[in-house]
Amino acid sequence: MFDSLSDRLTNTLRGLSGKARLTEENIADTLREVRRALLEADVALPVVKDFVDAVSRRAVGVTVSSALNPGEEFVKIVHAQLVELMGEDNDELNLNAKPPVVILMAGLQGAGKTTTVAKLARYLAERQKKKVSVVSADVYRPAAITQLQTLAAEVGATFIESSTDEKPLAIAERAVATARTQFADVLIVDTAGRLAIDDAMMAEIQSLQGALQPTETLFVVDAMTGQDAANTAKAFNDALTLTGVVLAKTDGDARGGAALSVRAITGKPIKFLGVGEKVDALEPFHSDRIASRILGMGDILSLIEEAERKVDKQKAQRLAKKMSRGKKFDLEDFRDQLQQMSNMGGVGSLLDKLPGMGQLPAGVADQVDDGMFKKMEVIISSMTPHERRYPDVINGSRKQRIARGSGTAVPDVNRLLKQHKQMQKMMKKVSKKGGMQKMMRGMQGLSQQGGRPMPRRR
Amino acid sequence: MSDEDDKGGGFFKRLSKGLSKTRGSLAAGVGNLILGEKVIDEDVLEELETALLLTDVGVEATDKIMASLTPRIKRKQLNNTVALHAALADELKALLAPLEKPFCVDTESKPCVVMFVGVNGAGKTTTLGKIASHLTAQGRSLVLAAGDTFRAAAVEQLQEWGHRNAVEVIAQGQGADSASVVFDAVASARARGIDVVLADTAGRLQAKANLMEELSKVKRVMARDDASAPHEVLLVLDAGTGQNALSQLDLFDQAVGVTGLVVTKLDGTAKAGVLFALAARNPKPIYFIGVGEGIEDLRPFDADSFVDALLGNL
Repeated sequence: MFDSLSDRLTNTLRGLSGKARLTEENIADTLREVRRALLEADVALPVVKDFVDAVSRRAVGVTVSSALNPGEEFVKIVHAQLVELMGEDNDELNLNAKPPVVILMAGLQGAGKTTTVAKLARYLAERQKKKVSVVSADVYRPAAITQLQTLAAEVGATFIESSTDEKPLAIAERAVATARTQFADVLIVDTAGRLAIDDAMMAEIQSLQGALQPTETLFVVDAMTGQDAANTAKAFNDALTLTGVVLAKTDGDARGGAALSVRAITGKPIKFLGVGEKVDALEPFHSDRIASRILGMGDILSLIEEAERKVDKQKAQRLAKKMSRGKKFDLEDFRDQLQQMSNMGGVGSLLDKLPGMGQLPAGVADQVDDGMFKKMEVIISSMTPHERRYPDVINGSRKQRIARGSGTAVPDVNRLLKQHKQMQKMMKKVSKKGGMQKMMRGMQGLSQQGGRPMPRRR
Repeated sequence: MSDEDDKGGGFFKRLSKGLSKTRGSLAAGVGNLILGEKVIDEDVLEELETALLLTDVGVEATDKIMASLTPRIKRKQLNNTVALHAALADELKALLAPLEKPFCVDTESKPCVVMFVGVNGAGKTTTLGKIASHLTAQGRSLVLAAGDTFRAAAVEQLQEWGHRNAVEVIAQGQGADSASVVFDAVASARARGIDVVLADTAGRLQAKANLMEELSKVKRVMARDDASAPHEVLLVLDAGTGQNALSQLDLFDQAVGVTGLVVTKLDGTAKAGVLFALAARNPKPIYFIGVGEGIEDLRPFDADSFVDALLGNL
């Protein structure tokens, strides 16, 4: 998981720095690595083949500047090609029609259609101030209709009743009429999950599209899908006039190669990403982020956004104020930091998103586990408030008590106190006048290197 | 929904019907190899590699499979495509055969507790419902625990399955504590001498540490009155899943100790070739595969017919 693409590509291009140009011959091994990386990310094989050819055409003739490492140069080319293929960012939904504008959902079982309906309803209501009605034409899966009803109530959309005794087509036609009388701007029609090879079910959704004349027909695909993404996308695209794709469940650790497969095969834009279980977890699509992710290059932008969402701003501001008043960073503050970290899904998920983490020696990544931070949190929680505020009072017998209380040993407590001391020192530097600016300048220096990964430490 | 006429086709027919599209992709390669007993050359091997990759076997496992065939090709033990095909089938069967294991509920413990885990949309609740039907047909007494307290209407979905099988469902509704629902169900089953508890859980992505911790807690709670519970922890895997299945098995196994797999949705175009990668990395019994929507379409896993169906039984 932690071997970075740029590292691997560098290996295949070793000994190339003397040569001036990339040629078909000297990049053959590198292209094999690119192919491998894409397959590991679950990009469909036919798409991989076309893609590798395109990268080859783009790379041959490129001059390797002596300043840049050829591997990184190559990653840049691959990344650029990926971004280009993924298309424009965030294509908005087309709502230019006589209301109620109809959005039809399609996809396999368990892709995430019903959840996406709720997220879209909320998105349209909140961001575009639309009045949204929803209806379920899934008369097969037990409680599918109830699921949509519950979600509709949660997101404040109008739920149009349907029952398992009705035919999906009848439900859809009735829903349009009802939505009209409700003066809804948008009607989202949820459908049953279906296999692309189930002819009867595909005919059903074709007839739904024919009757509803939706302005948007969105294909929902699970980000964890493997090679089958190509088959399925092709079958749905052949049967229906798709207008866009929603990539669901991107909040896991899947590399999401399905995004590239679906995009390449249908030619339809990916409009949204599902980024969590809650109804607000829907994000507009950004091609460069998905490209980085497929290449295993980390997703620093998503990380920043997640931090903004999850980090308790009030606590952060309180800490900043405290520091600026020259107060010390005490153990209570330390514990807050630890908790915020675990709120963001733990160190593992942070490391995965950071670019350059692939460069860390394998052992390092394994050493930082979330259990360690949990233990630190427990040790601090076993202290009295007085001890947390004034760590200097913690003497031998107090240490023994804390160790007993937290189920750890005295050396663990010592280690924690030492780590806290180091943090305190760092915080002091930051809070000193001009300290922050100095630090920021340092960081700028880093980014001027073109976001190059950290040097490998041995 | 599916054509009723084919229901009598027997397991193999249904399986190979379900897997026919994989056969399409693997056999397209393999089938071409067979024509005229060609000599094995680079092209043949590349076609074979392609065919394996297309079913989600994954780069690493494909390399391993190919590597195991190459020395025999070099020594001329495999000198034509027919022999190559047979060797491949043997190789694949050998990988999966150890994972064949009948799913039998432990009759020693009353109740025998079976926990269902997996990512969102894998098919946990549906699988649970189908296994409930099987067990009811075998004359077992059952209680279903509606442990998915997060997803809207997950409880209602399970209740519908309970209703179909005339089996009691223990539920507290959406938003309740999953561990407490499951604990109640186990306690109630024990008090009444029920044979089996099938415990549903909310789908969760394996990278979410806090949700996995919650799942571990559900498991710990089950063991409170009977240290051997849960007796089975089934990971439900969508056949369409690509290489992420490896991470799913790793992390669910770490959190709750997976004892077996159920592979769902094999009746589509997805073929779960990733099972070969899973078998090489962290072998777990595969109890069932789902080859259709009907209750009888949840079948015990059989390595030979799986591989034969995959290779087109040439």
